[in-house]
Amino acid sequence: MGSTNSTLLKIPNVEVLMQETGLKLVAEENCLNVSPAHIIRLHDRFKALDKEGRGHLCPHDFGAIKELAMNPIGDRIIGAFFSPGKETVDFHTFVKILAHFRPVDKDRPKEPNSPEPINSRSNKLKFAFQLYDQDKDGKISRDELLQVLRAMLGMQVTDEQLESIADRTIQEADLDRDDTISFEEFRKSLEKINIDHKMSIRFLR
Amino acid sequence: MASSVYLCLLRAVFLVCFVNPLIQGLSEDESVFQNPHHQQEENLTGLPIVTFKWHHVETPYLVIIWVFVAGLAKLSVVELNHHVISVVPESGLLIILGFILGGIVWGADRAQTFKLLPPTFFYYLLPQIILDASYFMPNKLFFSNLGAILIYAIFGTCWNAATVGLSLWGCYEAGVMGNLDIGLLQFLLFGSLIAAVDPVAVIAVFEEVHVNEVLFILVFGESLLNDGVTVVLYNVFDAFVALGGPRIDAAEIFKGIFSFVVVAFGGSFLGIGFAILLSLLTRCTKHIQIIEAGFVFVVGYLAYLTAEMLSLSAILSITFCGICCQKYVNANMDEKSVTTVRHAMKLLANGSETMIFLFLGVTAIDTEIWVWNTGFILLTLLFVFIYRIIGTFLFTWMLNKFRLVPIEVIDQVVMSYGGLRGAVAYGLAALLDEDKIPEKNLMISTTLIVVYFTVILQGITMKPLVQWLKVKRAAHSDLKLIEKLNNRAFDHILAAVEDICGRIGDNWWTRGWNRFEENYISWLLMKPKARKNRDYLFSIFHKLNLEDAINYVSEGERQGSLAFSRSDEAANVDFKKQFGSEFADVMPNIMVDMSNYELGIEHFSVTSIVKDTIPSVSLDIHGQDRKNAMDDINAHHLLQQHLYRSRKHHRHKYSRSHFSINQNEDEVQEIFQRTMRSRLESFKSTKMGVNPAKKITKHHKKELTHKMPNGHPDGTGHLYGDEEVEGLCVFLPHLIEAGIENPVFLPDMDSPTHSPPWLMETEAVAPSQRAQRRLPWTPNRLRRLAPMRISTCSTDSFLMADVSLTLEEHEEHSQTDHVEM
Repeated sequence: MGSTNSTLLKIPNVEVLMQETGLKLVAEENCLNVSPAHIIRLHDRFKALDKEGRGHLCPHDFGAIKELAMNPIGDRIIGAFFSPGKETVDFHTFVKILAHFRPVDKDRPKEPNSPEPINSRSNKLKFAFQLYDQDKDGKISRDELLQVLRAMLGMQVTDEQLESIADRTIQEADLDRDDTISFEEFRKSLEKINIDHKMSIRFLR
Repeated sequence: MASSVYLCLLRAVFLVCFVNPLIQGLSEDESVFQNPHHQQEENLTGLPIVTFKWHHVETPYLVIIWVFVAGLAKLSVVELNHHVISVVPESGLLIILGFILGGIVWGADRAQTFKLLPPTFFYYLLPQIILDASYFMPNKLFFSNLGAILIYAIFGTCWNAATVGLSLWGCYEAGVMGNLDIGLLQFLLFGSLIAAVDPVAVIAVFEEVHVNEVLFILVFGESLLNDGVTVVLYNVFDAFVALGGPRIDAAEIFKGIFSFVVVAFGGSFLGIGFAILLSLLTRCTKHIQIIEAGFVFVVGYLAYLTAEMLSLSAILSITFCGICCQKYVNANMDEKSVTTVRHAMKLLANGSETMIFLFLGVTAIDTEIWVWNTGFILLTLLFVFIYRIIGTFLFTWMLNKFRLVPIEVIDQVVMSYGGLRGAVAYGLAALLDEDKIPEKNLMISTTLIVVYFTVILQGITMKPLVQWLKVKRAAHSDLKLIEKLNNRAFDHILAAVEDICGRIGDNWWTRGWNRFEENYISWLLMKPKARKNRDYLFSIFHKLNLEDAINYVSEGERQGSLAFSRSDEAANVDFKKQFGSEFADVMPNIMVDMSNYELGIEHFSVTSIVKDTIPSVSLDIHGQDRKNAMDDINAHHLLQQHLYRSRKHHRHKYSRSHFSINQNEDEVQEIFQRTMRSRLESFKSTKMGVNPAKKITKHHKKELTHKMPNGHPDGTGHLYGDEEVEGLCVFLPHLIEAGIENPVFLPDMDSPTHSPPWLMETEAVAPSQRAQRRLPWTPNRLRRLAPMRISTCSTDSFLMADVSLTLEEHEEHSQTDHVEM
């Protein structure tokens, strides 16, 4: 632990980061949140992405990742890293966003007063939801859904088919018949899906 | 009931075609064609009118009788006791029934004339079961758990074989079993044959239990692959036994291990090769659609036999053939052929499964094979059970260190308890060479006991165990577009996050493979056309629409006609969902029931839909029933009179290669034009506000209203209110005028004095109460219908829509007609 601690100290703001996200606990107990080794790894990655060494990332830094550029909804995922109105993301936020994708710890004791962990089911869903909801009005409209569908289905389907798929999808989820999907409806419609399984990455464990 | 009898018969008939060669296996009697002199002598005495030629048909006859009996057995097992079957699994009941049948044969012959012989089992009964299992393997689930499955299948099986063999040998050395002529190698051989979990037994039991999908794929995938492994292991040890203890040195052992690898992987690659062949083949079967379904079976079987010939693992070969080809074959073949394959595959697999379990029972009633050695048998049972548990926990513990979602303890318990042994073990035991293994019969009887113990006892207790442990069950879920859509989105998200983290993870591999598959493999193995519209999401969408359409039609049929859809619940195709969302709170119980009717992808069958559709539509239509009765009476008469009579070309019925009838272009055109004309007319009149029929309406009113009372003994008239009656009656004279002529063939009737019947009728009925009750077509509803048209992507759907409009027209006729009567 000693060596990792010394490496940890090299990361700027690490104290604040650990305090704010509860990562401090982690450094000690190693199993509750992103573990120190992972923080170091992520920090290395962060530095590698931040080619100009400004200590924060801009959207074009993400755009430089080749595979990400090929990802149909890559730009939306990049967008998720930036809070509205901000053009940069610092390491702190970077880790916090990535922490969404940690698998849920099953054997973690439930503390009644503790805030909802960042990798909880509903937070994971929220992350997915905001990828659709680009105008941040808390609802997925038909157009928003259509955009995502167009990106994901690409050339294989005609526009008319896309539209009817979008309509059908909205109808499935839309409980209050307002032709949009609210987060609550979104959550309900995905109740059967094992989100912990689908929205977790093994190496962030 | 009737349908199941029919299915059973069908199954028997189908089996005939494939199991005829069962001959050698089922009958000991070798004399298929007995001496011909016999008959010649008879011929000398005079010309016999009929002769009894039992010997000519004996073998196939016996085979088919047994197939028939097996079908009946399955039927009785399923039908007899819906409540017993929930306690005892079907496989167990079949074995027990086999005991009884075996007892009857024994009573008659004093010997077991019929038994399951290894060649029959391995060549004629097993392949289709494995093919079925692999062809319908949920591929994504399988490959995402492939690591775990391989660990269980390879190392788990070796572990089982080694520990059981060694422990038995140890106990034998300690003197527990008395005096037996078995050496260490023979014990290991026995261990290897008893090691494998049997897919047939596992599917049979686990399908009834409905555990969660990860657990199911682990147990099922393991059982499928370890069959192959166990056969390979068995062959290696068999060779060792043949070689004899003293001659085995390090080199031989190394060769054994090497051969294990070669046989297992060689078999798998051979299977993949045949899968490629099959996919390529189905690329170009466009013009022989009628037999393309057969290729799946033939090539699958060929994969099996070829592997057998090359002494590679036949089971692994056919397994991988099925797993790898399914995607491309399904995309390449016509939708009808895909359905044919699905049903034929299930038919064959289910049939042979029944045969296997039945004969596992029948075979037992034979004094020859039973050798009792308490120590050996009980210890085998014990070790098989214990080492399965230890092995499962051991390997799961190792796996859980790497798994994203660890396998829970409860699941591990079920996995170890699900170690059912089955016919493969018995088949291998029966294959043993008596010269090399003097205690063959003891091994067979022990194997049989292990099989009965696991299939019957563990099978019975499996369900209570699963319930008691509260194992996560498979969620009965509706196929939902939004779920599929989000699954796709999640995949992209995960891949993106991995890119951002700069690490190569599972998703990176998955995506890399998908890209490779899309760019190269699909290009090679898939028809260009199929490739174009094979997007997964879209196919789900298409499937949902098909379901809706089928529901729509079956609901229509249930109601007596398609009229319902245009009367009250216009355009509401999606009964269930509409119903569900509106009444979910009020009637939770009904909702629960309805979940049983969900259509899984695999269990998608037309009959089930027809049977199970919930008649939610009829809820708020008062007097629907009475109207129905009337509709029924009239519908036939009506249709005969007015529906467009298609001119079927029956010559195709005799053709073996073409099913389709009535694809005549002209005719379709005709229908189209006719509908368009009637639409135009009605449009014109409503637009203009001119109603030529109005006058006539008033004119006929009196005359008709006094006709009414005796016209309606059942009093259905009041249903429609006076207005309606008025409207309906109006049309009568014109109907009579028009006679039964098909309106299409009437001369052009645009002249104002003589209005055509359809124009009249649409006009006259328009103000009726029934029409007014029609719900407005809200954009929402329209939109629901729209996908159905677009999805099929052909003009047909539009034509269909038009045809249904004509139907509507005739439905209106029905009202008039009714008055007439």
